Amino acid sequence: MARTPARSSSPAPSDPTSSPTARPAYVLGGNRVPFARAGGPYAHASNQDLLTAALDGLAARYGLQDEVIGQVAAGAVLKHSRDFNLTREVVLGSALSSRTPAVDLQEACATGVETVLLLANKIRLGQLESGIAGGVDSASDAPIAVSEGLRRVLLDLSRARTVGQRAAVLARLRPKDLTPNPPRVDEPRTGLSMGEHQALTTVEWGITREAQDELALASHRNLAAAWESGFFDDLVTGYRGLARDANLRTDTSLEKLAGLRTTFGNHLAAPATMTAGNSTPLTDGASTVLLGSAQWAADHGLTPLAAVVDAEVAAVDFVHGEDGLLMAPAYAAPRLLARHGLTLDDLDYVEIHEAFASTVLAILAAWESETFGRERLGLPGAFGSVKRERLNVHGSSLAAGHPFAATGGRIVASTAKELHARHVAQVAAGDDSPVRALVTVCAAGGLGVAVLLEAA
Amino acid sequence: MPDTYLQLVNSGPTATLAKRLGLPRPAVLRRYTPGAPLVDGPVLVLGRGDDADALARLLSGPAGGMAPGTGTGSGTAETPVLLDGWDLEVHRHPAPDVRYGAVVLVLTAAERPDQLTDPVLAAAGPVKGLRSGGRVVTVSRTATADDAPAVAAARQGVDGLLRSLAKELRGGSTGNGVVLTGDVPVTAPSAVAALRFFLSRRSAFVDGQLLAVDSTAGTLPADWERPLDGRVAVVTGAARGIGAAIARTLARDGAHVVAVDVPAAGEQLTAVANEVRGTALQLDVTAADAGERILEHVRARHGRLDVMVHNAGITRDKLLVNMAPDRWSSVLAVNLESQLRINEALLTSGDFTDEPRIVATASTSGIAGNRGQTNYATSKAGVIGMVRATAPLLVPFGGTANAVAPGFIETEMTARIPALTRQVARRLNSLQQGGLPQDVAEAVAFLASPAAGGIVGRTLRVCGQNLVGQ
Repeated sequence: MARTPARSSSPAPSDPTSSPTARPAYVLGGNRVPFARAGGPYAHASNQDLLTAALDGLAARYGLQDEVIGQVAAGAVLKHSRDFNLTREVVLGSALSSRTPAVDLQEACATGVETVLLLANKIRLGQLESGIAGGVDSASDAPIAVSEGLRRVLLDLSRARTVGQRAAVLARLRPKDLTPNPPRVDEPRTGLSMGEHQALTTVEWGITREAQDELALASHRNLAAAWESGFFDDLVTGYRGLARDANLRTDTSLEKLAGLRTTFGNHLAAPATMTAGNSTPLTDGASTVLLGSAQWAADHGLTPLAAVVDAEVAAVDFVHGEDGLLMAPAYAAPRLLARHGLTLDDLDYVEIHEAFASTVLAILAAWESETFGRERLGLPGAFGSVKRERLNVHGSSLAAGHPFAATGGRIVASTAKELHARHVAQVAAGDDSPVRALVTVCAAGGLGVAVLLEAA
Repeated sequence: MPDTYLQLVNSGPTATLAKRLGLPRPAVLRRYTPGAPLVDGPVLVLGRGDDADALARLLSGPAGGMAPGTGTGSGTAETPVLLDGWDLEVHRHPAPDVRYGAVVLVLTAAERPDQLTDPVLAAAGPVKGLRSGGRVVTVSRTATADDAPAVAAARQGVDGLLRSLAKELRGGSTGNGVVLTGDVPVTAPSAVAALRFFLSRRSAFVDGQLLAVDSTAGTLPADWERPLDGRVAVVTGAARGIGAAIARTLARDGAHVVAVDVPAAGEQLTAVANEVRGTALQLDVTAADAGERILEHVRARHGRLDVMVHNAGITRDKLLVNMAPDRWSSVLAVNLESQLRINEALLTSGDFTDEPRIVATASTSGIAGNRGQTNYATSKAGVIGMVRATAPLLVPFGGTANAVAPGFIETEMTARIPALTRQVARRLNSLQQGGLPQDVAEAVAFLASPAAGGIVGRTLRVCGQNLVGQ
């Protein structure tokens, strides 16, 4: 059984407003579509199409047709305004019962992992018996907005009553107002793209090109091996003719990666090191995670894979340059582990979302830094180091691609499956010790989330 | 691929033209849907003796149930008394000017060839006036080397009679036979169920076939419209074509379906699983642990496994002289070796013991051979041998294993055949058309039902009486 976090257990019995005693919430399975590079096989699939495909695949795998799920929580980062109720619309078009409630949630690249936490916490509190967390993003089908000038004119035009008023409003239009606004991934407060932000962090932490390429290569090799072994047979369902992650390059090598031109940090004083090979591409995809209480799982003949034990969120002040944009997980994880009396050495798996290879390497470097440990984390020394054979064991976003809101679900479902498999193998060998994984996801706006999972 | 020719000769001016020119005019077959009448029109039961009387009583008896004494009198200790009649209008003698929906020729009493004469000749008029989509079903006994020569001659004679008569029928009518082995009574569950299958629309594309009933095993359903109620069935190759039709048909008949196909077919598999309210299991059947993974899935989700349908199959056609080794091996691996391995896992699991059923998809290619298909025909003939040898292993548990052998079926696979070849291939059977995936699925559902327990290791062709092979 998973341990219950000390913080949420045993509320004071005399307090009538206290919430019910927390019980474990389990990851029971997952399903996603293979991730595709933007403009590829899913070029004409909307967020709704993609998420419906992932959800229907989940329903088929677990026999959830006509089932009233407690709640479905999902979101997208690149979202059309018409999709204000995206998740509910997806549920209505899926095999689930139309009486299944749904909620949209958004926290940039951490959207997927936050939907898992929302539902897991509700299950732990007894508000839900089951839930499906999810996320979707289509870089191909991104919304394009009209310019601010045209938008104001159109709104005023709808309020104009006379021909004269309409003419006056239209007269305000200028040719430049007709240029549409594509979605921006730049940080609104710095004007820098995520890649340029990460380039600054890369220089700050002295992350080399070679180290980044090695991590990218490991990601591709691990993901390829997982596909080859059938690991994804019950985690992924093909869509629109695509049966495997399209970004995966089984034939890549350090030589090929070393030959790529740099794409970020080209205008900095230090030599640029970030390439298309060690950064994630724009990706289309969707993922779902099935969550439930022990009772719900038993009633449905499903095996709990892992408990969602606890989580911690963090944010950094990247605007004033105190920390790099994507460094928040470096703060979230130590706080999370400290709450459970755990160190990095107590973890069997560490999943650090590969926004860029140097994001992972900078976080690892921060944890290994005495100075960072003392001055930023308030620890006596360095937080610790992660054994590479425990890091992103089945590949991560560099190889799979990164459809922003879908990444969290991909990591949580795969990690839960791996945790369960390891635990079963350990128990068979007479070892019943807990098997744990740390999952961290960085996000725009200097946000970060860390989650602790434990094999069920 | 729609059969345009079939549509043209059945409607409008082109139908008239085809008639004038004497072109073959295949009929539009009537397929089963729940609620359809068992037989369209009155049934004529011909033949003398207790067996004919018992069947006539069964067919005409009230649906609400007959008192045991008035039921099929031949019920014995090991053959349960049939309580539910089929409520059909039954005649024992041909009435003039009546167009029958079915003619049942009960020939079990024939001990000399001349004893066939009266019932067979009596059938001539009624067969001439048979309604479209009509049925002729013979009920006879197997001829064996232990029989007296005259008995064996009479019994074997039925074989030629039925196969020829089936070729003479028109208008989508079919002729098939139930052949009782040894002293299996005519009221044995599988005999009754086979008769009902042949009379019904479920057997629309089964023609010219003689199906042996080997024992009194099997359980008749409480509801003939839900013969698989509560049964858990695994169907491989379920994403498309015949496999998808099998999944739908088993679900329609009341089964919980686990739809299995390779991960690459996951999208279609999902659609099928969601449609039939079953579960999707993405699995390569050639994986060494395929059987264990199937068992693990059904144990966790349903707590049981009753029916295993081996339908997954591939073709890699080449003349043997041009056959690359992997084309040969991959066809055998998918179509045959995977089935053997999965069956072994099921049989040794201890969880496949409640009237279990294995139904495998063979092919007429495996019976008659087909140029360019040495690999495929080997695998499909292998399936026929496999079920024959597997069925006896299941008999102690009330189980059995059987195969269906589809002929030309309209699927994505046959749609790839060149157009002219395809047109010819479609016409080379008594019904002069290709079958539909549903036709194969109906035969699978019948063999998967608890009532089919007395059919042991047999292969039922679903080919419209294809001209090749038996």
